[in-house]
Amino acid sequence: MSERMDDWPLWEVFVRARRGLSHVHVGSLHAADAEHALRNARDLYTRRQEGVSVWVVPAARITASAPEEKGAFFDPADDKVYRHPTFYTVPEGVEHL
Amino acid sequence: MRDETGSPAAAVDTAVAAYALRLGDDALIASHRLAELVARAPQLEEDVALSNISLDLLGQARSLLSYAGRTEEQLTGVLRTEDDLAYLRDEAQFVNCRLVELPNTDFAYTVVRQMLFSGYAFELYSALTRSADETFAGIAGKAVKEVSYHRDHAAQWAVRLGDGTGESSGRMASALEAAWPYVDELFAGDDVTRIIAGAGIGPDPADLRPAWDAFVDGALAEAELRRPQVPAVTGLAGMGGRDGVHTEAFGYLLAEMQHLHRSHPGAAW
Repeated sequence: MSERMDDWPLWEVFVRARRGLSHVHVGSLHAADAEHALRNARDLYTRRQEGVSVWVVPAARITASAPEEKGAFFDPADDKVYRHPTFYTVPEGVEHL
Repeated sequence: MRDETGSPAAAVDTAVAAYALRLGDDALIASHRLAELVARAPQLEEDVALSNISLDLLGQARSLLSYAGRTEEQLTGVLRTEDDLAYLRDEAQFVNCRLVELPNTDFAYTVVRQMLFSGYAFELYSALTRSADETFAGIAGKAVKEVSYHRDHAAQWAVRLGDGTGESSGRMASALEAAWPYVDELFAGDDVTRIIAGAGIGPDPADLRPAWDAFVDGALAEAELRRPQVPAVTGLAGMGGRDGVHTEAFGYLLAEMQHLHRSHPGAAW
């Protein structure tokens, strides 16, 4: 079956550790279909009680930012300190903020 | 002290020890067949999946064999530990059903064996959660969730392979034909199961069959596979796995499973 392995698409796995938390990316795996990927994810990534919920997503369906565009994508935010709420001082006497 | 003269209480205890032993042997041998595939499964993710299932079964085997040993000790005064029972018995003393000892001829054989056995184990442990025996009920409560997943895992593969390519479908059909003759043994009753059922400790095996049939027929239909038309195999003079009469492949399995412990008595890590 070794030639079949190459046919199996890659899936990205997201696990929610417990209720109230977000699903977090934990790794990837190969599987023939979505149901298979879900079960493989259960066996690979939740065997030590890591999660209460699992998502699997076909890796090919993820659109990712390119590393070479890192500068144009993220650097302009560097000097916009006013985007952080801590930039502003709250005037004396303001309530309900 | 219980007398050895055949009092009803002693008869039930004897049956409990025998029942725990056969259930433990089923789990142990099913576990070992999957352990043979560790680092040899067709694919990395499947390797981990089968290892997990093997370890679940080994855990069930340990609980059941320990209980068999403890119950037997009450009757005989001699304790056999889980290791004594797993490693120091000979072929004719194992009372597992023959289905679980069938070899991993190819991956389809593994899938079929797991599907047929897990389907049975699920119905059995579901029934045992209501056992009058607290130990069996406790073991079953944990095991039923495990075998529910084993059943699902195998059924998913059955559909994937049965409804896959001509090659995978053909291999599934061959595997079904090879395993099917050993199905009836799962649901056969004997003196042990009659006493167990009479005492409210466990089910009459025949009562598990309708639900098993429904599960297997459902999986086979989805997999576009059919029940093979092959007769049940009987053993020597009508005896089978529960009587210690096993298939040819079983001796080789035991040799591999037991050789380390027998070569290095008491080996542990």
